[in-house]
Amino acid sequence: MYDTLLFLHVLAAFALVATVVIFSAFALGVATDSRVLAVGNVLWAVGGLGTLVFGIWLALYVKGYELWDGWIIAAIVLWAIATELGRRAQLGYTATTGSAEGAAATADARQATLMHWLRSLVVLALLVVMIYKPGA
Amino acid sequence: MIATIRPDAWNFPLLLHVLGAMLLVGTLVLAAAALFGAWRGRNPALMRLGYRSLVLGVLPAWIVMRVAAEWIASKEDLTNSNASWIGIGFTTADGGLLLILISILLAGLAARRARRPESSGGGFGRASTVLVSVLLIAYLVAIWAMTTKPV
Repeated sequence: MYDTLLFLHVLAAFALVATVVIFSAFALGVATDSRVLAVGNVLWAVGGLGTLVFGIWLALYVKGYELWDGWIIAAIVLWAIATELGRRAQLGYTATTGSAEGAAATADARQATLMHWLRSLVVLALLVVMIYKPGA
Repeated sequence: MIATIRPDAWNFPLLLHVLGAMLLVGTLVLAAAALFGAWRGRNPALMRLGYRSLVLGVLPAWIVMRVAAEWIASKEDLTNSNASWIGIGFTTADGGLLLILISILLAGLAARRARRPESSGGGFGRASTVLVSVLLIAYLVAIWAMTTKPV
């Protein structure tokens, strides 16, 4: 049971990072392609739900971890911030889909790029918290 | 299941290994999405994106993942371990490098051919797409092995 939960939790985290990588391509100036953007959005939806559900399940299942541990609360807060930043990035890039000028051309895209890089930092912080488990 | 805490000295190499692996899979997903898009839509821009993802993303991420794997394995004294999960990890990593290099070559040839008006880079691009898909499946197995640690 523990192995399965951990595998699904980590797999979901990989999906989140895959979204960050896809959006990084847009942030670096690749023209937004609707199919590639859709892959990124689906992976964030699946990964976001998966990390949260299986993460909470793990926290309840493993003796020695509690939902109110500082590092788990920090992770949930970071997850929520990343999700909101990602929503804003997604809206911005969706607005630029099909633009021949590339993702760097419009105010929408600039805002989306800022939101994307902020989300990337938050996801990195989330990974650091998961590995170091401060206070555990 | 009781929580176990690893020594602090293992955390940084583990962070680098996991981050490298996540970027490796993420850039492979980007490459796969672009190459599939190029395959279906005969889109040279997506073919170039697939090629660049492999060269500028997948290869550097593989190096970070592999070097950090060696580092954390030596910290945990697992370099010469016969455990199945270690074997799966090293096999998929090292075998994966060969497939990555071949898919880079094929995607590069496809991107070059796609510049010609009468050509879509067809066969090379499709072959690269298949290899990238195989790599993703192999790394899915590696993630399973790394998390469940079968003996």
